[in-house]
Amino acid sequence: MTEAQAPAPHLEEVEVTPWREYFSFSTDHKVIGIQYLVTSFVFYLIGGLLAELVRTELATPASDFVQRETYNELFTMHATIMIFLWIIPTLTGGFGNFLVPLMIGARDMAFPKLNAIAFWIIPPTSILLLCSFFVGPASAGWTSYPPLSLMTNKAGEAIWILGVILLGTSSIMAGLNFLVTILKMRIPSMTLNDMPLFCWAMLATSALQLVATPVLSGAMVLLGFDLLVGTNFFNPAGGGDPIVYQHMFWFYSHPAVYIMILPAFGLISEILPVHARKPIFGYQAIAYSSIAISFLGLIVWAHHMFTSGTPDWLRMFFMIATMVIAVPTGIKVFSWVATVWGGKLNLCSAMLFGMAFVSMFVVGGLSGVMVASVPFDIHVHDTYFVVAHLHYVLFGGSVFGIYAGLYHWFPKMTGRMLNEFWGKVHFAMTFVGFNICFLPMHVLGLQGMNRRIAEYDPKFAALNLVCTIGSYILAVSTVPFVVNAVWSWLAGPKANSNPWKGLTLEWTVPSPPPVENFEEDPVLAIGPYDYGTPKALDFVAATLALPTPALAADSSE
Amino acid sequence: MKVPTAILTLIIGILITLASLWVSQNNGLLPIAAAAEATEIDRLFTAMLAIATGLFLLVQGALLYSLFAFRRQPDDATDAEPIHGDVSLEIVWTAIPAMLVLWLGIYSFDVYQSIDSVGTMGSHNMAHQHGEMEMVAADQGSDSTRLVVDQSDVSPDPLSPAVATETVEPLQVNVDGLQYAWLFTYPDTGIISGELHLPVNRPVTLNITARDVIHAFWVPEFRLKQDAVPGQVTHLNFQPTEEGVYPVICAELCGAYHGAMKTRSIVHSGPEYQAWVDSQLVANTSRETVAQSVTTSPLEHHAAAMGLPDHLHESHQSDLAQAKHSPSAS
Repeated sequence: MTEAQAPAPHLEEVEVTPWREYFSFSTDHKVIGIQYLVTSFVFYLIGGLLAELVRTELATPASDFVQRETYNELFTMHATIMIFLWIIPTLTGGFGNFLVPLMIGARDMAFPKLNAIAFWIIPPTSILLLCSFFVGPASAGWTSYPPLSLMTNKAGEAIWILGVILLGTSSIMAGLNFLVTILKMRIPSMTLNDMPLFCWAMLATSALQLVATPVLSGAMVLLGFDLLVGTNFFNPAGGGDPIVYQHMFWFYSHPAVYIMILPAFGLISEILPVHARKPIFGYQAIAYSSIAISFLGLIVWAHHMFTSGTPDWLRMFFMIATMVIAVPTGIKVFSWVATVWGGKLNLCSAMLFGMAFVSMFVVGGLSGVMVASVPFDIHVHDTYFVVAHLHYVLFGGSVFGIYAGLYHWFPKMTGRMLNEFWGKVHFAMTFVGFNICFLPMHVLGLQGMNRRIAEYDPKFAALNLVCTIGSYILAVSTVPFVVNAVWSWLAGPKANSNPWKGLTLEWTVPSPPPVENFEEDPVLAIGPYDYGTPKALDFVAATLALPTPALAADSSE
Repeated sequence: MKVPTAILTLIIGILITLASLWVSQNNGLLPIAAAAEATEIDRLFTAMLAIATGLFLLVQGALLYSLFAFRRQPDDATDAEPIHGDVSLEIVWTAIPAMLVLWLGIYSFDVYQSIDSVGTMGSHNMAHQHGEMEMVAADQGSDSTRLVVDQSDVSPDPLSPAVATETVEPLQVNVDGLQYAWLFTYPDTGIISGELHLPVNRPVTLNITARDVIHAFWVPEFRLKQDAVPGQVTHLNFQPTEEGVYPVICAELCGAYHGAMKTRSIVHSGPEYQAWVDSQLVANTSRETVAQSVTTSPLEHHAAAMGLPDHLHESHQSDLAQAKHSPSAS
């Protein structure tokens, strides 16, 4: 089915974006999406390198690889880069930009220039953040709690604060844009309940970005004043209250966890049905649970502060609120399992990453409910148990979701197929390396290893070595992916417009889609997940009859 | 022969339940429990681990089974059956997790109340628990959760009649975190120590603060952790139940040597503790002035602000009787 169709009659009419466009202030949402994806992947590699340095230090109990101060800088910048320059920009900026307009039948985002500005804030800011390595970067953890953050590496901390404000601004702009786009730019025949679930997820995410991020910016401005002007908002030396900072910080940074996972939920809800050849199980439950998570996500922040001297009633409130999130999240997980159950699974790389997402996210979700329980959290807070938990959610969850999305939509974005064999090699190494690296950390935390330390009790040496080996496997696992992606983008086999036989609107346009996406406004002919119906066959047949654009490499041949 | 689905489901359910219970009972993941509170928290962990293991096996099992059983045949290009959902199934997997978290919330709340580790009134802790015990004794079995909670109070130690019979004023220790060390001050004796010495089976109240940045006091074997925040005093109430030497760890990033900010907590038997107190006091008599000067330290100021009672040592049991006659910071 995937061979090239009969040569398209109007091959010349489909224009392909010239490569220079990707380095310009383009307002095309697809170009911006790819700009986000490529930029943030570079930062994933940089953040990963920092993580490998951290793990190398932790391979032995003594502090013997880098200076102690440097170690703190490494994990601070690792977290900052992974959160603000990799997961958030990739999921919202990258996939959101590329997919949302296509999925709702729009020709672009609601505010194309704002969209471009939101992206172009990122490169200078990220370079600024990296430059802080020349003056000693922030070293108080990505949480940057005062008073410690006011006492170490002032220049680096100032750069960090400025960077977070700028990236937050970019995120607010993107959130506003998505909200308006999803609510106002759908084709008339598509009601909210006809939207692909990724759009529901982006709707929930954008609301969080809009509501929560300004509070982070506020906290950063005050922290900046404390740092640079000598005010005492948070500095106890002058009567300030460092706990207030923690409240403001987590009011954003807990929702940020959902900003980092909800779009991945959306990607998985798209990918599983396509490759299981089966409708998503419980569309509305999945859609509305995203909204529920988004709302609940706003009222659970203080569960990061159970040991901060928070009053009892507050602890209890935040414990219950946090545990309640397990219900909508559980609905999603069970729905995904039921989607796969009884399907006809095409176990391609995208599907493997998608199923692994569910499998790994469940581990992070279960440990998440555990740490929500105040008495237990009092033991494991700030230990490797939490490090394990957050990496199961953000790597086993978000990053596996991103990889699933990259394998799934690479043909649509580039017009070429990724190599499946190397994709599976990549998957196997990532899955194995990830679990070797992070599973033992649960035990370390329970046994008494605290986090953010350069040296530890020798009784933890064996498990830490295992973790470090796992992290090296993870590092190596990116090599097949990068080589595969670069090679396939340049010279991979051509993709037709619907290689996976999907039913959402992005598969009704050529791969890669032309500028302005749709020649004429599409009309919704079929629900996004109506697999197994005669209509689906007709739909797929029609999409496969579309012309294949001439790709750059071909024209030079 | 085909086994009916209902029976198969039942068997799998029973197997998953048994496996979960076995795993949670034999997890061996936590270090020894050296405080009464730790026993409570471990019980909570065991319950959560059982539920988590069950859900883990359920989801992973279903995914793994799908991976093999529902693989597409190479020659099959058709779609699977168009099942869009199942309302009763969705209600089930909404209601069951909802009930589980509700139960877990109540259970956690209960454990939290019973350990009362951060209440500002240390003695309240014990009074509360013992009041509870009487209630349970009077009304056996009416409140099974309470009963479970209280068992740990009844069971641990025949060695401490003082604790079992009446409310004992908790031993007050002021804890001061600074880059990169812990300082422990015993306000009723004036002892200052770099290590935390505690008598077994006697309630303790730690009054925790920090001098420079935020630190966190953590003893994994007690399962208790509390941030030390500069400019504020936080509390930790607990009762060590196992003699031994345990690490005191700083659990909040506090600077370059955060990983090295460690000391020991030594839980002594009553006489051993007394011997330690005596040895410290003897050593301190020559350094009396040092002890006096502590009175003016910020830490002492906090202790006074909290109304650490002058009559503290009057209510002490015999194990501290000698301390009464010794020079005291109060």
